[in-house]
Amino acid sequence: MTATPESLLAAGAGAIAAAVREGKASATAIVEASFARAAAVDAGPRGLNCILSSDRDASLRAVESALVGGALAGVPVVLKDNIATTTLSTSCGSKILEGYVSPYESAVARKLREAGAILVGKGNMDEFAMGSSTEFSAYGPARNPTDRTRVPGGSSGGSAAAVAAGIVPIAFGSETGGSVRQPAAFCGVVGVKPTYGRISRFGLVAFASSLDNIGVFGRTVDDAARAMEAVSGDDTRDDATSAPLAAPALRTDSRDLAGLVIGKPREYFPASLSAAMRAHCDRAIDALRARGAEIRDVSLPHTDLALPVYYIIAPAECSANLARFDGVRYGLRVEGDGLRGMYEATRSKGFGAEVTRRILLGTYVLSAGYYDAYYRKAQDVRALIANDFTRVWASGVHALFTPTTAAPAFTIGAISDPYEMYLCDLFTVAANLAEIPAISIPIGRIGGLPVGGQVIAPRFGEAAMFRVSYALEAELGGAAHA
Amino acid sequence: MAEISRDDVRHIAGLARIGVPEDRLDALVGELNGILAHMEVLQRVDSAGAAAAEDAERTGMPLQPDQGPSVKLERPVAAIAPRTHALDGAPMPSVIDGFILVPRLATHEDAGDES
Repeated sequence: MTATPESLLAAGAGAIAAAVREGKASATAIVEASFARAAAVDAGPRGLNCILSSDRDASLRAVESALVGGALAGVPVVLKDNIATTTLSTSCGSKILEGYVSPYESAVARKLREAGAILVGKGNMDEFAMGSSTEFSAYGPARNPTDRTRVPGGSSGGSAAAVAAGIVPIAFGSETGGSVRQPAAFCGVVGVKPTYGRISRFGLVAFASSLDNIGVFGRTVDDAARAMEAVSGDDTRDDATSAPLAAPALRTDSRDLAGLVIGKPREYFPASLSAAMRAHCDRAIDALRARGAEIRDVSLPHTDLALPVYYIIAPAECSANLARFDGVRYGLRVEGDGLRGMYEATRSKGFGAEVTRRILLGTYVLSAGYYDAYYRKAQDVRALIANDFTRVWASGVHALFTPTTAAPAFTIGAISDPYEMYLCDLFTVAANLAEIPAISIPIGRIGGLPVGGQVIAPRFGEAAMFRVSYALEAELGGAAHA
Repeated sequence: MAEISRDDVRHIAGLARIGVPEDRLDALVGELNGILAHMEVLQRVDSAGAAAAEDAERTGMPLQPDQGPSVKLERPVAAIAPRTHALDGAPMPSVIDGFILVPRLATHEDAGDES
């Protein structure tokens, strides 16, 4: 029986690329199916609102010029709206960049194009990637495909929802403190934050440069691995990527974990963790053990300091990076009294409440008299957090398993206190601070809502991380979504 | 650590070049102090010199030569100019040596020299 475009879209990136390469499927029909799916689920007042911009004609033209032999031939993809593209605007979910079209293409967009993938939309996001729910988008909140009264997580919530809703099999986001893994967990898909420097950020609008990564979403571990392989590698235009850094081989047929030691850090399983989440994690750990892994209790003693450290360093760096949005070089300009008045009017009007809050916070912790007490202190404690991981790896542990979040997706509008929103990142920020890779994989449902488990690995240890992920996904099977 | 006051918020908003309406000041004072209260825990941690020590120990990634290619504009200048320019009938930006010229707004003296 010939596969239909719709069934291929549901089957995933690997199936689509194979069918297109073998001439058994039309990339045009698959892209059309992707647009039809988006039209059915994304638009309207109750729609997911996960796509901020798209251009069907441009996508179909891209199919005509695409290489059919690529690793992602004919695979429709969504890029988060802070990743520069030349055919669609890059607004970063902000009014200050409304309608902005980049004069150059990001490294990720180029690599995807060269692999034969077709850009079909830009994903909704919290403004400038600052948020954990996609409620802080200037273009309205995105919704969770499982329950549209709930958030998809954030800040890459649009990309996660697009994958979960079947619009695309893979999508790309950015991670500064958990902005791929947390929405992946909330939407029931796989989300990868690579090692800092693994994927070029050329063309990613900077938020916090010592923490920013490009991240990957897939409905399966295998699709996420394909996406990672396609976009990894060094790039002279991003000095965080180091030469030589070949794209890693992440795909494996092995589902065996014999010889691997997987740590269970006690700080990620506090007494306050719900019984339901603990039960899902226990089942996942049993699955890892069943595949041959040795499970070992470990400790990362500075874990509780990760969130305060993150919310000093990230705002500090954002206050510097977002200085460029001043009404002169990009997007919105609001006239004011003189140059200074124009800057202040533009930035006041262009930035939303959370971005303003973080720029002010960052400016404060970098200002005279407070730099040592906050910023320098945070950098020192960041080193202690990174050393916790280094010590665990040195003790013979190959990877760690933790919950990705403490709870499933919350209701839109349920969190109004800024720090309460920051707590969404509790289990994810440490990997960004330590510059190590981590992945979120669906491990079950609580009250019908997806929850994720996290596998963390040493720097450039993505191959081991994916080996664990493949085995966990295989062992959990349908239980991962039950 | 001292709490942030309304004057502090005005000062840092000035440094950040963000206009903050007077009626937002009290809310921002509360929000920023609420967030900073959670950072106090760091002051109790003995971490002196930890970052410097880590830098010294870390072998790190090999550095790449600092000779990246220049990035050419991939779209014509006419396509890059904001749509409002085109709608207003304003002239397209001029380009010299690959740099787009933007209108002079004011002298730097007007901007003040606050630091």
